[in-house]
Amino acid sequence: MSSDDRIQSTFERLREEGRAGLVTFVTAGDPDPETSQQLMERLPDAGADIIELGMPFSDPMADGPAIQAANLRALASGASLRGTLDMVRRFREKNRHTPVILMGYFNPIYQYGPSHFVTDAVAAGIDGLIMVDLPPEEDQELCDPARTAGLHWVRLVTPTSNEDRLKQVLQNTSGFIYYVSIAGITGTRSAAVSSIGDALTAVRKHTQLPIAVGFGINTAEQVRATGEVADGAVVGSAIIREIENNLDESGGAKPELLDRVTGLVSDLSGGLRR
Amino acid sequence: MASTTRNPEPLESYRSGPDDHGHFGLFGGRFVAETLMPLILDLEAAYTAAQQSPEFQRDFDYYAAHYTGRPSPLYFAKSLTESLGGAKIYFKRDELNHTGSHKINNTLGQILLAKRMGKSRIIAETGAGQHGVATATVCALFDLPCVVYMGATDIERQAPNVFRMKLLGAEIVPVTSGTGTLKDAMNDALRDWVANVADTFYIIGTVAGPHPYPAMVRDFQSIIGREAKEQMLAAEGRLPDTLVACIGGGSNAMGLFHPFLDDPVQIVGVEAGGYGIETDKHAASLTGGRPGVLHGNRTYLLQNEDGQINDAHSISAGLDYPGIGPEHAWLHDHGRVDYVSVTDSEALEAFQLCCRTEGIIPALEPAHALAHVAKIAPTMDKEQIIVMNLCGRGDKDIFTVADALGVEI
Repeated sequence: MSSDDRIQSTFERLREEGRAGLVTFVTAGDPDPETSQQLMERLPDAGADIIELGMPFSDPMADGPAIQAANLRALASGASLRGTLDMVRRFREKNRHTPVILMGYFNPIYQYGPSHFVTDAVAAGIDGLIMVDLPPEEDQELCDPARTAGLHWVRLVTPTSNEDRLKQVLQNTSGFIYYVSIAGITGTRSAAVSSIGDALTAVRKHTQLPIAVGFGINTAEQVRATGEVADGAVVGSAIIREIENNLDESGGAKPELLDRVTGLVSDLSGGLRR
Repeated sequence: MASTTRNPEPLESYRSGPDDHGHFGLFGGRFVAETLMPLILDLEAAYTAAQQSPEFQRDFDYYAAHYTGRPSPLYFAKSLTESLGGAKIYFKRDELNHTGSHKINNTLGQILLAKRMGKSRIIAETGAGQHGVATATVCALFDLPCVVYMGATDIERQAPNVFRMKLLGAEIVPVTSGTGTLKDAMNDALRDWVANVADTFYIIGTVAGPHPYPAMVRDFQSIIGREAKEQMLAAEGRLPDTLVACIGGGSNAMGLFHPFLDDPVQIVGVEAGGYGIETDKHAASLTGGRPGVLHGNRTYLLQNEDGQINDAHSISAGLDYPGIGPEHAWLHDHGRVDYVSVTDSEALEAFQLCCRTEGIIPALEPAHALAHVAKIAPTMDKEQIIVMNLCGRGDKDIFTVADALGVEI
């Protein structure tokens, strides 16, 4: 990839700084389009090294209750895939260096039209995709056109990935690897850092790509500990729960929501910067 | 936007699917999280091995005969035939199976497979509760713990089946996400599976989900069509002219249809039209939806422009699903099977017609099939023959029907 590869230069910078990166996940349009836009724009200064943006879907099968609720809030306030692309386009007017990865489920993209989508995603300034329900067996659907268009294809590696499977999963993976630390859904259990370390050692035998670890990372301490063994720590549900905690009775954003959520992100990021 | 792939070119065989990747043309596939992929591949290998195992086949046949009570009769519905005044109507009486529906054919097959694979915990989703009951039943028989995911809305309208499952020792998990119906129950069952990959077998109740489920469930249910063919040849010395079955996910229909797909027989699948296809309150994915990806497979789905899944509606909890098995989607696009829809009120009328003319209280699901039979039989010749799958009995539905008719029990 070229020198304007934001994911690659971010991991290079992190290596120079001698620390792991913080990857923050929020659902696009949660709890409403404007709050979500402002939150995204403030995430890099709060300490997010990479932004993972969830594409809202009505049936998020790999997600736990917190992110399910975020998806429904976003959809109820009018979110759509088109809206998610617009959100990144606006973000890019102010930020040229923070990588943005879209994460989600295939059906909204399938309805949009995969080839049309990858063109619009590149134009909007999106760096990569993480697709929950597209295993290597279905690569021709979106992975192939996305990589041709210059998007990174970040694949999930899981505790159920044995050696053979790992080889297959790593093919066509680029940017970084997302290691799912538990067999399960988002925002539920946490894995022991020692077991993650062992698993990453096994994965590193097969790849040079940076590895970010996610699922079950909720606190600054967990972020710090994960940063000891991985190149990045992904936090999603804990941030989403902070959004949820700052909604008024009718579900609208309270005035302090942005400060509270960015405060949490600073706190999480502090675990990697001491 | 994704387009349909309707293709009227006739094929040499309609019984050849799926291909090695689980595709029926555009449909099917394995659209699941990576965590589940190794399990799905294991399951496929185990199922392929079981198909070649005489022992597995012997066990399946034994329980089908002695536990389920197969073969189910192929019954000439004389009174109904006379009252409609047209084609001869036969019922394939899968409502007489143990547990009261066709669902047990599949749960027996899958639990025997789960045992072969050494799995120690069973999960299932259920809509009307028939699949949940059939799963709880075989779990009791084979002494395996059973967790059934059921939408909170469905728990309310299917109270008798909920109690049945509890009596059989199953744990019922109410699902409140989404609209609390079958689609949401399937989401939560998949979430359970991904969190319990080591010991858990997921018994999917219909011909949908990631490969190999659509083919595997079809194979277990095809006993319906194989028997019907043999019984029809014995009774009439020829094949029927028309087959009719209701479709939610489509397992009873696929079970009846599949053995006849390469025969000169007209085949009709009946979707749930709810308040009518012209409203947005129906469950007719083929008539009112378009191709999309959900629950591990590509198929026709009820969805909006953005690819968000719409809620289905049907008076019958068992048909209340916004998708349909991928093989049906494929047969639809090839024009081999005709898919029509029947509204809630037409199904209610057919329900009562069946009670009065035949002394059989059908489930609301096959009442949809019967409503279509009632439309076409009078237009057909008296020498012509219709076989309808009476796939479930209606005990579970009497409260829903009473409510719809404004009767207090």
